[in-house]
Amino acid sequence: MSLRVFEERIDRRSTLIDLVGNTPLLRLARIDPDLPPGVAVYAKAEWYNPGGSVKDRPALWMIRDGERRGLLRPGIRIADATSGNTGIAYATLGAALGYQVTLAMPANASPERRRILRSLGAEVVLTDPLEGMDAAIRKIRTLVQEHPERYFYPDQYNNPANPRAHEESTGPEIWAQTDGRVTHFVAALGTSGTFMGIGRFLRTRNPAVRLIAVQPDGPYHALEGVKHMASTTLVPGIYDPTLADATIEVRSEEAFAMARRLARTEGLMVGVSAAANVAAALRVARDLREGVVVTILCDGAAKYLSDRFWEDGDGQDGEGI
Amino acid sequence: MAVTVTIPTALRQYADGNASVSLAAGSVGQILAALSEQYPQLGRHLYNDQGTLRSFVNIYVGDEDIRHLQGIETPVPDGETVSIIPAIAGGI
Repeated sequence: MSLRVFEERIDRRSTLIDLVGNTPLLRLARIDPDLPPGVAVYAKAEWYNPGGSVKDRPALWMIRDGERRGLLRPGIRIADATSGNTGIAYATLGAALGYQVTLAMPANASPERRRILRSLGAEVVLTDPLEGMDAAIRKIRTLVQEHPERYFYPDQYNNPANPRAHEESTGPEIWAQTDGRVTHFVAALGTSGTFMGIGRFLRTRNPAVRLIAVQPDGPYHALEGVKHMASTTLVPGIYDPTLADATIEVRSEEAFAMARRLARTEGLMVGVSAAANVAAALRVARDLREGVVVTILCDGAAKYLSDRFWEDGDGQDGEGI
Repeated sequence: MAVTVTIPTALRQYADGNASVSLAAGSVGQILAALSEQYPQLGRHLYNDQGTLRSFVNIYVGDEDIRHLQGIETPVPDGETVSIIPAIAGGI
């Protein structure tokens, strides 16, 4: 068989880039046996993306948008501020597409995180941990301003291609996978791209769909990937505070307890922000007589296994399991 | 002499905007209690309803996590720095 014939026969989704999106939608059937019979909770298993998180979607859309606009070309580095999954997504997709990547993040980013990024070939610039992400954002802006010819700065907080990724992929997938029956969408705000993109898409299909944002209970929290919008000094430009019908606050301890429960009752090992999403989705579901509640499992637990909460009780999580 | 407690950006709004606060030396527990007495709103973010530090609150004496020292019993001598480090490094 010639190589060409062989290549025509194999699965068309054969490159890493083709694996972004089209994730499974899982029914969470066991997490709360007391839900009303007419109510179902579903969650998008976003760790099925090749970089292991929902962030592959905005990263790919921002990269492709940069290429289309001529800002990202061979020899140009991708540079952004991210200590989290967006960085891993840039590094993963960047390696697969032949782009080098520079990322700024606070120095207290976990060693696993830094090792993943460096293993993927990314350059990591560390900033003052006391200043949080805001210092990392200022650092990358300075770097790019000094050498604009070297870098493509996607700026996930202000790039419309970030929410557009969800408007064009995650939103339509949720609509198709629920057969248009989704009544409530629940998701935490980080850059807000996931919530804005999916929310806007679902609204165009069904203006009655309820959109519920998830927030930590204060600025000092452990919900990795989630931003406390009321206190941040850098509100994302893509964030529209009028889109959400309601906001639910989740305490970090509640998310820890839910991560443990998801592992033990559903066999789902997910990250803390995914657990916070499920905690909020269940609160919404318990108040319904009927409905289809959809949320996002942003990533799996692999990057958080050294966190103490898997074993420690928090003294007030009311686990009851 | 006294000890310096550094406050992360996220909590400065509850400490009159201060990046650091000077307090009398003692154990970590005593110093954080004094800090919470001075700024009750800040204390609410550090302690749970049982009055113990929330499980994800990171306190360092010098460069060492108090979990690897003597916890809140860790003594802090004059001139030393106690740092409240953000629980997470953003992660976005």
